[in-house]
Amino acid sequence: MFRHFVNLQWKAFFRSASLGKDTAVKVIMGIFAAMMLLYLGLLGVMLYFILEKAFPGADPVQKVSEYFLYWILIELFFRYFMQKLPVMNIKPFLTLPVPKSSITHFVLGKSALSFYNFMSLFLFVPFAVVLLTKGYPLWNLVFWIISILGITLTLNFVNFLINKSDKVLIALAAILISLYFLEYFSLLPVNAFAGELFYLLYQNPLFCLVPIALALLFYWLNYRFLRDKIYLDSTLKKKVKEAVTSDLAWTKKFGDIAPYLQLDLKLIWRNKRTKTQVYISLGMIFYGLIFYFADSYGATSTIYVFVGIFMTGIFLSNFGQFIPAWDSEYYSMIMAQNIPLRKYLESKAGLISVSVVVMFLLSIPYVYFGWQALAINFACAIYNLGVNIPLILYFGSMNKKRIDLDKSAIGNMQGTSATQFLVLIPLMLVPCLMYLGLKFLISFEIALAVFTILGLIGLAFRKPLMSHITEIYRAKKYDMISGFKQKIN
Amino acid sequence: MISSQNLTKTYGSQTVLNIENLEIPKGQSFGLVGNNGAGKTTFFSLLLDLIQPTTGKIVNNEVQVNTSESWKPFTSAFIDESFLIGYLTPEEYFYFVGELRGQNKADVDALLSNFEDFFHGEILGQKKYLRDLSKGNQKKAGIVASFIGNPEVVVLDEPFANLDPTTQIRLKGIIKELSQKREVTVLVSSHDLIHVTEVCERIVVLHKGEVVRDIQTSAETLKELESFFGG
Repeated sequence: MFRHFVNLQWKAFFRSASLGKDTAVKVIMGIFAAMMLLYLGLLGVMLYFILEKAFPGADPVQKVSEYFLYWILIELFFRYFMQKLPVMNIKPFLTLPVPKSSITHFVLGKSALSFYNFMSLFLFVPFAVVLLTKGYPLWNLVFWIISILGITLTLNFVNFLINKSDKVLIALAAILISLYFLEYFSLLPVNAFAGELFYLLYQNPLFCLVPIALALLFYWLNYRFLRDKIYLDSTLKKKVKEAVTSDLAWTKKFGDIAPYLQLDLKLIWRNKRTKTQVYISLGMIFYGLIFYFADSYGATSTIYVFVGIFMTGIFLSNFGQFIPAWDSEYYSMIMAQNIPLRKYLESKAGLISVSVVVMFLLSIPYVYFGWQALAINFACAIYNLGVNIPLILYFGSMNKKRIDLDKSAIGNMQGTSATQFLVLIPLMLVPCLMYLGLKFLISFEIALAVFTILGLIGLAFRKPLMSHITEIYRAKKYDMISGFKQKIN
Repeated sequence: MISSQNLTKTYGSQTVLNIENLEIPKGQSFGLVGNNGAGKTTFFSLLLDLIQPTTGKIVNNEVQVNTSESWKPFTSAFIDESFLIGYLTPEEYFYFVGELRGQNKADVDALLSNFEDFFHGEILGQKKYLRDLSKGNQKKAGIVASFIGNPEVVVLDEPFANLDPTTQIRLKGIIKELSQKREVTVLVSSHDLIHVTEVCERIVVLHKGEVVRDIQTSAETLKELESFFGG
């Protein structure tokens, strides 16, 4: 039975309509994944020496145990966003003589081979090997690794159970942060306590039964949960959320682009993937803190221009790069309905402009780090408004890949092609290089002035630029319509 | 109203549509029948400028559709579910289409009140997004949306498929009423010969992309069509 399933999955992969087209994306993803595993492996090798240096005299295993709880929570957090639930088209099997239990076992078994399960192994196996050469006892290490494997699989199966609710995510984040603060302000010896607990796994090989039992328990819970789900009505019948209607009357102020603006706002708010983009964008306002707190760059470093372009333009690039693919489900309608292309594009530009302004306003507190920070962010916002908006709309004309709006949000590569990677070069890299050159050759003030002026020139020429972009969209219209029609699973 | 000349559409070496000359006068209710792959949807897609003709052109009310957008204000269509916006409620969708066609909410509400019967209480006020409606109900919403804003040309691709019998009968009534006013040109395609002969005054049969029959509907039309497809 499993042989058939494996065979079918194999064919589903190699015969999928998207194979050839998505190869570039897959290769890049593969390289990222391999790099990540490589880094984890390297970290695993060096971990012993790092810990030895950072905590002289302490037992590295003890230290690892103390922080193991955070590793678990962060891994769970990471999996929540990135790991896809195992899917298999079960509909054709329902009427065939295939036991539902073997379908379930197959789906769950397949998930055990997921990339995410190898992350902790790539970190801890090299670490254990180093420990071995340092004279740590072999069997304790072997059982310790087995325990870690058990914990990893537990996380794997726990993730499938919690992945259905956002509340769990918030709870996880809250636990993570509060644990850290409890430890940081010495309110509760979280690390020491957790450390002792996880150190037991190393000390006493018998305790490796606990994670293994947990893994089995969560496997069983998933099994029960999935097994009952293998019915046509429970897979087909989605939970129907009650529609909340709003007339968004305030958009009327924007004149004749109002109906499109309303549509875009509803698009963003009522679909998971777009909604997540908004949260990510808002969250990214804190991105700059990493660099400003690091404080070793000097107030006018190029890195701050990157930060400025990135923060004020995060929604611009996240949302903008998939224009018009967001509307791919009903693009024929948009094209046949009484919508001038020009208006359609102007409303997208309007929406992104609002986002840039909002992000700039949110970034004003960065003035705390000096007036240069504010000046940089301001110049970057103007540059985004004038130059990058037309640019991203222009690159949008190369989109031909469908996006199904109701698919999950993060780690979702649907609609992604080489364009999405290419677009970042003119969008972010070029301004950074330009700034670097100008600052080096002339001065910080001139460099920012050039940014502002370029942005203003872009704004002044918005009309002819938009006309030109509209023409490009018109020429590519037929390719877009047929591309957006192709469903990729 | 609509005229097409030397219209062909070729994919690779395969010609899927080849219509030398087709004139559809204003106010006509026009039916397009044919087997799968006969070119019905291709013709409609060309008319709506969703695909490009390989040769020839379609002129809709003196506007060549692939060179100007000004046919859009007086033309409306429902081809398939890609004409629906899944994350809107039916009401919001109707108002959106209304707004695109210069109709305020009151206008749209007035129009919708004529279709209460057709909706059968399953579309309006359901607090559901279009993506959560059944296929049949989605179709009803799409068809009615194509009547918003007094269009002069209404294009419906397979409007009867997926509808329940009651709704099919009601839809036939609606289309007949629409074409009786002689102001709206209705283009309908269907696999169902009985439905088209009932609602269309002219029926064109497409076969492998070519016009093989062009019939003014009469009492014998159904027989003629049945013998064509049966024989």
